[in-house]
Order: sequence, then C-alpha cells, then structure tokens
Amino acid sequence: MDPDHRDVLPQSSSLIILLILFAGIGLLTIFSIVKGGAEIEWHEGGGLKAFAPEDFPEIEWNDPSIDQLDAAGLEGSNEAFKVAPPPFSEDIFPCTECHAEMEPDVERRVLEDMHDDIVLDHGPKERWCFDCHNVDDRDRLRLANGTLIGFDESYRLCGQCHGTIFRDWRQGIHGRRVGYWNGPKRYLLCANCHNPHAPKFRPIKPLPPPVRPEFLAGR
Amino acid sequence: MSQDAKGGDVGRRDFLRGAGLATMATMATRFTGASPRAVERFLATRFTELSPDEVEAILADLERDYSRRFGKEVSVSATPPMDDVFFGYGLDISRCIGCRRCVYACVKENNQSRDPQIHWIRVLEMEKEKGIDLAESSPYYDPEQVPEEDFFYLPVACQQCRNAPCTRVCPVKATWQEKDGIVVIDYDWCIGCRCCMSACPYGARHFNWAEPELPAVAVNPDTHILGNRPRMKGVVEKCTFCIQRVRNGRYPACSEICPVGARKFGNLLDEESEIRYLMREKRVFVLKEELATKPKFYYFYAT
Ligand code: SF4
Repeated sequence: MDPDHRDVLPQSSSLIILLILFAGIGLLTIFSIVKGGAEIEWHEGGGLKAFAPEDFPEIEWNDPSIDQLDAAGLEGSNEAFKVAPPPFSEDIFPCTECHAEMEPDVERRVLEDMHDDIVLDHGPKERWCFDCHNVDDRDRLRLANGTLIGFDESYRLCGQCHGTIFRDWRQGIHGRRVGYWNGPKRYLLCANCHNPHAPKFRPIKPLPPPVRPEFLAGR
Repeated sequence: MSQDAKGGDVGRRDFLRGAGLATMATMATRFTGASPRAVERFLATRFTELSPDEVEAILADLERDYSRRFGKEVSVSATPPMDDVFFGYGLDISRCIGCRRCVYACVKENNQSRDPQIHWIRVLEMEKEKGIDLAESSPYYDPEQVPEEDFFYLPVACQQCRNAPCTRVCPVKATWQEKDGIVVIDYDWCIGCRCCMSACPYGARHFNWAEPELPAVAVNPDTHILGNRPRMKGVVEKCTFCIQRVRNGRYPACSEICPVGARKFGNLLDEESEIRYLMREKRVFVLKEELATKPKFYYFYAT
C-alpha cells in the first residue's frame, strides 16, 4: 500500500469538520441578524420598522395656540398677530421680586449664587448682562438708545443687531407661524426658539426614516 | 365582498368586477348591504360633474360610513376653492435641519396608512460638497442628531405643478388641478393603474398596495373629500397642501410643526403674502426646472 495514502483520510476529515464549523457559524450569524440583531446596526430599527406619529406622544402634533388665536377673535381686526409669551423659567418673573431689595452690582463677574446656570455664548466676549437687561428696573429690557421695553417686546432688542433677520421675521419669513395664511397668526418671540444667552440652535434627534421598500408589510 | 362589509367603503373596482352593468344597482345593494346612496356613488359620474345635491348626498353618506367604522364623528367636506387664490409653498433649505417632524405631522393630519407605511413627504439628505444631487441623496439617514456637519436636507413632496404630467396621463381623468392650483385625486374614480406615479418626476404619488391601516384613535376627523378622508386599497394618494386646512385659511400641518420655521405658505396672487415676499427677496429655485412642469413649490435660501 502507498504509505502516503494513509494521510489522505485524516486530512479530508479535518477539512470536513472545518467546513461544518464554518457553515454553523455562518448560519448562526444569519439567524441572529434575522432575529432582530439587525436593529443594532440601524438604530431603533430605522428603515425596517414602520413608525407612526402615535409612537411619539411627547410631540405636540397640533399646536394648542390655534385655539387661543380663535378665541381672541382677531378676524378682520388690524391686530394681525399675537406674539407668544416670553419663555421665563418658573417663578423667575417679575425680577424685581428679588432685585428691588438688592443693591445693583455692575461688576463683571462669574455669577455664583443665582443665575449660575447661565452661560453667555452670544457674540463678542465682552457681552454682559446690562447690555440688554436694565439696571434700575429689572423687569424691563433696555435698547441701545436707552428706551426701556418689556420682555414681550424683546424682538426689538434682538433686531438692533440682527436687522435683516428682524425684517424677515416681521414679514413671516424667519420663524414659525401658527394660524391663518389669510388672517391672524401667532408669532413666536426670538427667545421662544433661541436661548438669548446662547442663541445657536442645538442639534436634535431626527424622527425615524421611512421603511425601506423591501420591508414594507401590510395585509 | 367581505372586505366591504368590514370597511364599509365598497371599492368601485371590486364592484364592477362582480356585476353586470344593467343590474348593477340592485345587485350591489343585495350583495354588499351598502346603502342605495353608496351604490349611486359608484355609478355616478366623476366628482367634477356631480350636482351640488349629489355632492351633499355623497358627503353625508361618507360621514356615516366613516363614523360607523371608526366609532367617532368624522366630518367630510367639499369646501371649494376661494376666489382670487392660487396657492404656493416655500421651503427654506438654509434652515431645514432634516428632523422629519413634517413627515409625521403630515401622516397624522392626512390619515395616511400607518402600515404599510405611506409618507407624502420624503426628506433627502445631501452632501454639502456635492450640492443638490438627487441621484446621490438618501432618505434613510438616521444619525443620533441632526443636522450633521457635512450635510443639508431637502424635503420633497408633491410639487403641485402648473403643468402637471400626472394629470395628463390619467386614462380616466381621476386627477386634475383645481382653480386654486391644488392637484387633487378623486379616490372613487381612480382605477389604480398607477400611470400618474410613473409620470411624476418627483416620486410624489403613493399607492395603497394593501388595505390601509388607520387605527380609530389616530384618525383625524376633519376631512375633505378630495384630500385626507380615509382611503381604500388600490388608489393613489399624495400631498394636497392640506386642502382641508388651507381652504379654511389655515396653514398646512407641515409648516406649523417645523421647529425651525423653514416652511412658508400662501397666496401667489397676493403681493403682500409671505410666499410673494420670499420670491421677491430671496434666492429661489424649483426642482427639475428643465422638465417645464412649473412647480408651485419653491425652495429658497433665506441666508
Ligand atoms: S420639520 Fe422643518 S426642519 Fe424638520 S425636516 Fe421638516 S422642513 Fe426640515
């Protein structure tokens, strides 16, 4: 007998064992992907699962301000729009509640006891509270020319620097509107969307992508 | 026909399949249990040729059907176009962040099928470096947060063309442009041939391949017969500028939900309108201008 012939058998059997092993691992992988492992790759099953608006109860799909607008009965009046109220933090207004009793400290400093959550990130480094807030009557804002205005008119303050955007806003091109294209509208203050102390828009989480055609279900 | 009993909304095609023309009315009444009015509806002429009385009867009939089916009051109107109004839409690409709030607000407002899923708005993600390149764009982007540094976003829905190829190819004239510019579909007249879908260069038309799934709790009960009323299997649908809202003066749902205020809407015939202002003051373009479809949907850059 050919001595080499003996070796052929063990060689091919180890090959077969290897093949079986590979096939097993392959099958397991495919199985785990089909069983939902794929959701790890597309986060939240994006493109695989049909999401509906009802899956996002945290989003206000119908802006309730339309009811206020209807109730205000602006139809036909000259008052073409209403601005949403300023977005004050809870119990912060009127400012004079605390500040009336306090000696104004115009020193530029890092705020410690109160308002320490405010981080100024708005234009030049020299920006300071009293560029916009009025020292003597804290319930008002102060324009560059000394005019005092309420917080509900803060767009006039922003408009001093952001003239072109202010113009677009008044025309309804900048910012969101709720209401009637041919009648009363609810405008938003700049501060309703932009944090006045750090106005740059923060990125947000997108809602899920559409289902890829190959995963469209249905009866 | 079992589906008819369940849905309460008999498909014209199902019906035609089952009955000879001569005895259609009586047979339909007997077999489907549908009211004689409902039957009249299928035999009637197309929507545009109905008399006001016939329209009233059909609306009442639909309301009864839907209210029974969804267990709550559903209204169906046929509010006509306003005089001296021609609608246009503006979308600010320099602001859109691709968050898809508009996509889902549209589904909610317009009673689209939840599963199989139908979206009238598709937000395309594009690389800033490549500019507007539809072939390279993707609607399936899904990062943790948007906007992403190197990308911009282009939401696309029905472009409401003045010169609409979709309406021209429809063999039964089930889709047309209204006086106020809204391109609508008569779902009762649509035969589901999908010619309009292949004619639309914007992929804006969608087909109900299966019975639409619309949970009763999710139904928007304020509907228009040519717009967001619940649809049936086998018909084509698409954006109507929220016909049920805009003909009553409201903004479309997508424009009210957009967190960055990128979406603008109004009357193209009114020089003072928001849409005319942006067309005057901003850089504006339309999609696939070279096809001469003349969209009333304008993309613009506010900055
Ligand atoms: S909601 Fe506005 S920002 Fe978000 S994708 Fe739609 S158009 Fe863009």
